[in-house]
Amino acid sequence: MNLTLKIWRQPNGSATGEMVTYPITDVSEDMSFLEMLDVLNERLTAEGEEPVAFDSDCREGICGMCGLMINGVAHGPEVTTTCQLHMRSFSDGDVVTIEPWRASGFPVLRDLAVDRSAFDRIIDAGGYVSVNTGAAPDAHATPVPKENAERAFDAATCISCGACVAACPNGSASLFLGAKITHLAELPQGQAERHTRVLNMVHQHDLEGFGGCTNIGECTAVCPKEIPQDVIATLNKDMRHALWNRV
Amino acid sequence: MAVTGLVFIGYVLLHMYGNLWAFSGQEAFDDYAHHLRELLTPMLPYGGLLWILRVVLLASLVGHAAAAFALWSRAAKARDRRYAVKKVVTATLSSRTMRWGGVALLAFVIFHILHLTTHTINPGGDPESPYLRLVGSFQVWWVAVIYLLAMLALGMHIRHGAFSMLQTLGLTDNRRRYRVAHAVGLVLAIVVAGGFALVPLGVLLGIVTT
Ligand code: HEM
Ligand code: SF4
Ligand code: FES
Repeated sequence: MNLTLKIWRQPNGSATGEMVTYPITDVSEDMSFLEMLDVLNERLTAEGEEPVAFDSDCREGICGMCGLMINGVAHGPEVTTTCQLHMRSFSDGDVVTIEPWRASGFPVLRDLAVDRSAFDRIIDAGGYVSVNTGAAPDAHATPVPKENAERAFDAATCISCGACVAACPNGSASLFLGAKITHLAELPQGQAERHTRVLNMVHQHDLEGFGGCTNIGECTAVCPKEIPQDVIATLNKDMRHALWNRV
Repeated sequence: MAVTGLVFIGYVLLHMYGNLWAFSGQEAFDDYAHHLRELLTPMLPYGGLLWILRVVLLASLVGHAAAAFALWSRAAKARDRRYAVKKVVTATLSSRTMRWGGVALLAFVIFHILHLTTHTINPGGDPESPYLRLVGSFQVWWVAVIYLLAMLALGMHIRHGAFSMLQTLGLTDNRRRYRVAHAVGLVLAIVVAGGFALVPLGVLLGIVTT
């Protein structure tokens, strides 16, 4: 199939960028979206132009490095990561707009690549358990009810890709925060630091310049791991308990 | 935001219930308006409870608007460059119109107070009886239209607002309760907006008359 790509080009973080149009021909529907961009980049390199910078690593949908705004939807038209999106989701003649995640907390490094280290700093602020949990103990040494274990596991599937921020009209990272808070809040090991964790992580989130949640729900709709909205309720509940505890 | 919103939801429910006395005729409605001012007397002076309500509502309004504008400005700063193309995947119309819808409601509340509390705007004449004033006003078509449009805006605001309040208070932390919260928002919106709309509709249809 033949497509018209409109891609955000920006040589570095301080430059003003622009949308540039590239026609691309003979795209196979079995290519992944990133392979299609690889083909474009080979052509650009051969023509002596700068290739389009974008992030990826595993290309298996598990690392969270990739992430593009495709036709106005984070990770494109399927509920998956950009690397797991295939060209069969498009049809011949389509115009495809490709932009980086737009958030003040994720500054553009170059073209489509953004700096997501704000998420690392939010995790550093409390998204862990301080005690050494030692070597693998017997599975039932610390019993965890099935519902809690499952909810913790579902929340733990968040790959920190940042699509939730990219899609949110408020530029909030509450789904990411909620996933990390819920993951540890559902487990016995997470209890000791439960209150300080939520206070410190939310504080860091706000410092990074992310917006406040108004429960619109665009984040869950684009999340490749389908993290549900109710993790944000757990975040809010822990916040309420932690604030009340300080009184 | 959630706490002041809860104050408003409680208030509009009571207010809507009170308005329905219009269907019982002039005497019942005027008695009701009079009783509002006598409630808790002699513990409070005449109209005392009403004044306490007004202070609480005004404080809630200030708090609600301040929080709304703070969120609005944080959102603007959080995305300093906008997308060339941005699609809505699932967000309801209600959730996307909270800010401008809230501004519209604020304008309506000001109009409404000038109309029925301070008697500054008198489209249907200026009779002493609250009932005659109400019915006379809604017999002017554009007054009824303004109130009906405002109730549409109110219904949309409550539809997302009530759900959002439950989520912000952290009461929806499993999938079932999350769905229940959405249903609560929808039911409250229909009851409040629908209930308020009955009175102007009743006047327009000639069921409520002077
Ligand atoms: C069709 C819809 C409505 C009707 C027919 C209506 C009718 C009235 C009437 C007759 C009064 C005066 C009561 C009295 O003099 O004792 C009043 C007061 C008031 N209404 Fe409404 N109302 C409507 C909707 C609303 C809405 C949606 C709000 C706010 C969200 C609202 C807020 C107020 C306030 C704050 C007052 C009291 C003002 C004061 O006394 O300080 N009303 N309304
Ligand atoms: S919550 Fe979903 S969209 Fe957000 S960072 Fe985690 S995996 Fe990505
Ligand atoms: S490259 Fe790892 S998730 Fe897409």
